[in-house]
Amino acid sequence: MFELLNEMLSYTFIQRAMIVGSIVSLAAALLGVSLVLKRYSMIGDGLSHVGFGALAIAMALGWAPLAFTVPVVIIAALLLLRLSESSKIKGDAAIGMIATAALAIGVTVISLTRSANADVSGYLFGSILVISKDEVTLSLILGGAVLILFVLFYRRIFTVTFDEAFAKATGLNTGLYNTLIAVLTAVTIVLGMRLMGAMLISSLVIFPALTAMRLHKRFLSVTLTAAIVSLVSFLIGIILSYLFSTPAGASVVLVNAAFFLVFSLIARIRNRS
Amino acid sequence: MPLISVKDAAFAYDGQIVLSKVSFDVNPGDYLCVVGENGSGKSTLMKGLLGLVKPVKGSITLADGLNRDEIGYLPQQNLTQRDFPASVREVVESGIRSRSLFLTREDKERADAMMGLMEIGQLKHRSFMELSGGQRQRVLLARALCATKKLLLLDEPTAGLDPVVARDLYKTIQKINQENGIAIIMISHDVHTAAQYATHMLHLRQTPLFYGKPDEYLSTYHGQCFAGGVCCV
Repeated sequence: MFELLNEMLSYTFIQRAMIVGSIVSLAAALLGVSLVLKRYSMIGDGLSHVGFGALAIAMALGWAPLAFTVPVVIIAALLLLRLSESSKIKGDAAIGMIATAALAIGVTVISLTRSANADVSGYLFGSILVISKDEVTLSLILGGAVLILFVLFYRRIFTVTFDEAFAKATGLNTGLYNTLIAVLTAVTIVLGMRLMGAMLISSLVIFPALTAMRLHKRFLSVTLTAAIVSLVSFLIGIILSYLFSTPAGASVVLVNAAFFLVFSLIARIRNRS
Repeated sequence: MPLISVKDAAFAYDGQIVLSKVSFDVNPGDYLCVVGENGSGKSTLMKGLLGLVKPVKGSITLADGLNRDEIGYLPQQNLTQRDFPASVREVVESGIRSRSLFLTREDKERADAMMGLMEIGQLKHRSFMELSGGQRQRVLLARALCATKKLLLLDEPTAGLDPVVARDLYKTIQKINQENGIAIIMISHDVHTAAQYATHMLHLRQTPLFYGKPDEYLSTYHGQCFAGGVCCV
């Protein structure tokens, strides 16, 4: 086992993927608990599509990918939040609309430029080879910020997630906390998108929270379990991907799905006895 | 000095007046029950009192020393909470409004005291979603009490509860009102029971039809119709 890890970590690209992936898995799982409970889980999916479109444009024009994609996806997150709150267009329809439009923009831009490094499949399903040194640094800073903000505001995030009406009535600025969650989600999605792929990244938001909820009935234990399950799934996924030469993103999602099934099974057995 | 003083307040949505000419005072220790049919403006009044909508005319004034965030609130029951993973303790503690990011020992003691007052101390470590409807309301009341020492707003606290559980909850609310001196403003459909505990009644239909003592209310025309379940014009 140690030999295997040693061997894997001798590759720079795997080192980078491990660092970025671990941070993203943790951040996505923590935010995911709140998003899933607020019935906002599809926002993650919508944002990853927007990220795909923005990334395609950045690559075509030769701009720094993260520096362009992060702000675009944050703006999209704020817009989606606004749309979900206004009753004119329903939230899920708004997400569907923005997501597919962004996807279409991305595909069009990629086909128009046809540059050598524009590999659609790499964008959509992720690639372990593409993470640059600058991206690792940026991931550490932004991902670290997500984790710290989550811990600092944990109590308020719980209050707002559990009961927005009460939180608002007792003087909490719920708009601010919803915005915080949306911005942190946007950053996490973009950081994880290149490794996991635009189509697969939202599973990191949804799976760990749902898996943890099979067995736990308290918010703190759900949050901690989701974080651990997410991190462990990521590491197992990367190892499997290395051993069997399977795509990293898809391998991680499959391990997440396996954990979900195992937790569901345990919950069922426990309920029966 | 009244805790909350409403003077000739009117509220509007999209320029349409939905509630007008509302005036009343709530003094420390009062128990005001607001009744009226659906769409009569009860919820709008509640939002106004919580500061979530501003009156387009008139005023709502809070007593000196009573901050907006010192009003306890029990919202209408919310379906999504029924499958929310949270322990009773976590829910009650979320009522504590403090500027610091983490809870102090005093905060935790206050939460414990409020759970004791609501007689749910033994449920502390249970999951909120496994509780019965009546137990859940007690948890949410304990949370509201964590947020206030003076004034509690309750939005249909007994909706969906069976009569025995509802009666126990009314008794507990009365105890908070009388023994802890916390003023209560409650929206209710249950006119008879509410009139039994309240010190003041306010009947709304876009504008107040009655404001005064409960016994007077039950003897008025509107009170009789509404309490009898038959609505007359």
